[in-house]
Amino acid sequence: MTGTVENTAPPAMAEERPPVATVGPLAWVRNNLFNTWYNALLTVLIVWAVLRVVPPLVDWLVIKAHGFGAPPQECRADLGGACWAFVAEKLRFIMFGMFPYDEQWRPLLVIVIFIALLGASCDRRFWHAWFGLVWLAGLAVVGVLMWGGVLGLTPVENTYWGGLPLTLILSVIGLAVAFPFSILLALGRRSTMPAVKAICVTYIELIRGVPLISLLFMASVMFPLFLPTGVTVDKLLRAQVAFILFAAAYMAEAIRGGLQAIPKGQYEAADGLGLSYWQKMGKVILPQALAISIPPLVNTFISFFKDTSLVIIIGLYDLLGSAKAALTDPSWRGFYREAYLFIGLIYWAFCFFMSKYSQRLERDLNRSRRH
Amino acid sequence: MSSEHRDSAPPRAGFVFSLNDPTVRSLVYQILLIGTIVLIGWFLVYNTLDNLSRRSIATGFGFMGREASFAIGESLIDYTPKDTYGRAFVAGVLNTVKVSVIGIIAATILGTLIGVARLSSNWLLARLAGGYVEIVRNIPPLLQLFIWYAVITESMPPVRQALNPLPGVFVSQRGVRFPVPAADPVWAWVGLALIVGIVLAYVLNRWGRARQAATGKPYPVLLSLLGCVVGLPLLVYLAGGAPTQLDVPELRGFNFVGGMVISPEFFAILTGLSIYTAAFIAEVVRSGILSVNWGQTEASRALGLSSGHTLRLVVLPQALRVIVPPLTSQYLNLTKNSSLALAIGYPDLVSVANTTLNQTGQAVEGVVMIMGTYLAFSLAISGFMNWYNKRIALVER
Repeated sequence: MTGTVENTAPPAMAEERPPVATVGPLAWVRNNLFNTWYNALLTVLIVWAVLRVVPPLVDWLVIKAHGFGAPPQECRADLGGACWAFVAEKLRFIMFGMFPYDEQWRPLLVIVIFIALLGASCDRRFWHAWFGLVWLAGLAVVGVLMWGGVLGLTPVENTYWGGLPLTLILSVIGLAVAFPFSILLALGRRSTMPAVKAICVTYIELIRGVPLISLLFMASVMFPLFLPTGVTVDKLLRAQVAFILFAAAYMAEAIRGGLQAIPKGQYEAADGLGLSYWQKMGKVILPQALAISIPPLVNTFISFFKDTSLVIIIGLYDLLGSAKAALTDPSWRGFYREAYLFIGLIYWAFCFFMSKYSQRLERDLNRSRRH
Repeated sequence: MSSEHRDSAPPRAGFVFSLNDPTVRSLVYQILLIGTIVLIGWFLVYNTLDNLSRRSIATGFGFMGREASFAIGESLIDYTPKDTYGRAFVAGVLNTVKVSVIGIIAATILGTLIGVARLSSNWLLARLAGGYVEIVRNIPPLLQLFIWYAVITESMPPVRQALNPLPGVFVSQRGVRFPVPAADPVWAWVGLALIVGIVLAYVLNRWGRARQAATGKPYPVLLSLLGCVVGLPLLVYLAGGAPTQLDVPELRGFNFVGGMVISPEFFAILTGLSIYTAAFIAEVVRSGILSVNWGQTEASRALGLSSGHTLRLVVLPQALRVIVPPLTSQYLNLTKNSSLALAIGYPDLVSVANTTLNQTGQAVEGVVMIMGTYLAFSLAISGFMNWYNKRIALVER
């Protein structure tokens, strides 16, 4: 940055160091921690509180923690240390639920596939139509792995599904199915046809006005009534439908924001070229609007991912549900800290990386739009 | 959809039915859509009625008048299992309102503090607040509720060895017990005086402002506020003989009697919701403050306003304009999330309706009641916040 300045500057004088009070670690401490009397007081208070909290926490987490093989009696005898043996013992139950023990490599593979697909989707080089096919193929493999019954895999009823794969299936499939539905809702909300607009607005506002639990209730107690006598749909599918209905309304609002951000000139230009409605939307408006909507859509996905934990209420064992079920084992009762910390970390890792990604994407997209 | 052009189309002499006419086409589309929806709706209603009659469940809300015969852990109104389902539902709704209102207040205070702390010039404080936000908002609220509930029910001592951090305050697995002033008619009068004081303060404040605008004579806002809101109730209290009797909880048998209790369920749902929502409110507040240009502060200081006046008259009104809409959706989220209470057994409206529909089999009515009530809450909150937003919106040319 200073390249040209250096060329025209006179031969360098002996460089003088700035006074100690303005640079260096000491000045940093002064400027950032002790610049006013109340900041100094705050700093002292915070340091004191941190010293009070952190060492005992480290003690509990690491230093006094029991080994992975410790029996529950040993853990109970000394509650001053974390009992990681509980997590080690119940790891496969928490992660995979009641999936048959010998077949648990299948849900493990499902987790790996989901993480690979999600990770690859973050890379903008993959943002092409063909990547949708990769997703479809991936989901098909997931279905085969979970259900089995073909290729020599033992069939597994979906009542035995649980743990992290269930959380990922509910959220990712919910999102994937809700996405096209939400585009239609968003377009409908901005339609000039009064009936279409009224229906879309009513649907979106109705779903957004009620808690997810009430939709899950609807799925578990009302859906069976909706169907003709004799037709039954299993619990997981009903919950999945509730999630799709829920996600579609929230995603439609995110996409509507993108649609509104497109300047009117784009619509008029497309009209001027004589494009039909669907050509105009598909080739001109939506490609731009969806790109703008990606950060809010990722945020929707994050809250959606957290919300899948609610299925515990209708009796499905997702990650949170299986951790809670693991806690009911009489010989390992009471180690809720370890269990909750463990699954909390998993949830946190997913959500944190997604939110960091959406922030970065927002910056990048804004930068490219400014040019 | 291309009906946007229909205004410019030349008027036709005779009506010709043609799908190339945008008006006709849009009409056909809408009729088809409505027809499909009606058809699906009829299919669902038909099946539901058919299924209900097979299970011989009567439709309608007649069951609301029947005896509920289930107990509710805590209620703001008198409720016994002998009361009707209707009354049980009202108790549940009031519990939801209670946790939502207190939660909204607590989350707003905590969230504002953390949002401001994130912008602090103190590096440590800013980092600490940032860490809070990043940790709390990335963990499912339901898990947080479970954690808080476990903290109090599993980590607190049993009733007989209750912790006693302050005289009269007992913390145990059964919740927190603390002393309250013993019942006395004077307290009702003090409450009344408080309401009168708040109204009086509001009226006086408006009058004082109008006077200041007209004559320039300043009005002592703080003094009149204190006088009305604190002074008036205090005066009534002293006039009523200043009762000092306290209702202190004491251990009798297997549980405490007397005082007030915060149940573990209420504690868990309130703490969990407030802490979770505060992380989001902190972000809202932070972006609101950052949205006000620093030049505004400099300009108002150059005009000679004190830093307090700068904040109150220049920065805050502009920041609030940015803050209020997203804050509204956080309030709505908190209210909706209060339905998670079901998972830990706090008797909110979802929990009561759930028990009701399990006992009576009135699934449709139960779900409709839950949804209807939440929709009413949502409308009320967004209505109020829209009104507030309009009031504080800057009037532009």
